[in-house]
Amino acid sequence: MTVPELDSEQVAVYQRPDALSDTNTHYCPGCTHGVAHRLIAEVVDEMGLRERMIGVASVGCSVFAYNYFDFDFVQSPHGRAPAMATGIKRVLPDRIVLTYQGDGDLASIGMAEVVHAAARGENITCIFINNTNYGMTGGQMAPTTLPGQKTTSSPNGRDVEVNGYPIRTAELLSKLDGASYVVRRSLHDPKNIRLAKKAIRTAFEVQKRGLGFSMVELLSICPTNWGMTPRQAIQWLEEKMIPFYALGDYKVNPSVADIKI
Amino acid sequence: MPPKGRIEVNEDLCKGCELCVMNCPQEVIALNMERMTKRGYHPAELAKPGCTGCGICATMCPEAAITVYREVIQKPA
Repeated sequence: MTVPELDSEQVAVYQRPDALSDTNTHYCPGCTHGVAHRLIAEVVDEMGLRERMIGVASVGCSVFAYNYFDFDFVQSPHGRAPAMATGIKRVLPDRIVLTYQGDGDLASIGMAEVVHAAARGENITCIFINNTNYGMTGGQMAPTTLPGQKTTSSPNGRDVEVNGYPIRTAELLSKLDGASYVVRRSLHDPKNIRLAKKAIRTAFEVQKRGLGFSMVELLSICPTNWGMTPRQAIQWLEEKMIPFYALGDYKVNPSVADIKI
Repeated sequence: MPPKGRIEVNEDLCKGCELCVMNCPQEVIALNMERMTKRGYHPAELAKPGCTGCGICATMCPEAAITVYREVIQKPA
């Protein structure tokens, strides 16, 4: 059916953010990478940072992030985004530097880089997308795969006797003195998406004030590799991932409390 | 009376994932199963009257394909 046009005066209450380019993404239908991109773009627009922003993309599904954001972006070798961001931030300290990494990138091959960047208190922001598998290569087991979860490389489910236990990255980094703001949020419903946006905004404010390392971990869905519809995947995230990866603030520097958003 | 609104879906971007459909509080969004976009997806659209312009669909949309309009309520002078 056709919906009648509104006759009264109307305003656009939501539009695509300017910091996103008009390119079609290569992400699968329902992939919350798109939501994370949109939240970053909205925050960049709100803070007016587009001219000062430099993003560092990782290897993984987010490898083409430079096509989707309408600000400066570079792409780093696998896992090395925090190292590259360190260099950029030290050479250009007035820029806001963001790394955008998945769990195969940050929590596996790039674990050393992110731990040392946090330990040095580098003034950068990491956006960490946790979808419990290696999305781009076909859903193999990642360090964040839940115990018992079936992936293409753990067809009988992750056996913790053989494969070890998942890494809770936010908890791990929160123990480091250089980290100022380490939180975990989820992207499964409107409320949590709004909280995630607020966390990204706070992380950028932390960097703007030079308070040190900030990381926002975002729980995400991967419908294709989980073998589910987006609807089922959202439900699975809520039922299985959130009890294991508890949402919350893991490290908040006392001076972050002064930031009012 | 709640405010009236409407949404516009950019069909070049919509991938028919249904995240907007499952989260719409008024349940007025649906996929159009009779049409396909040029990328081969059934696009989401406003299927019934009753949209309040709350913007929850746009909050959920991974492709940022939705523009939300809401009527301006004229306050009596």
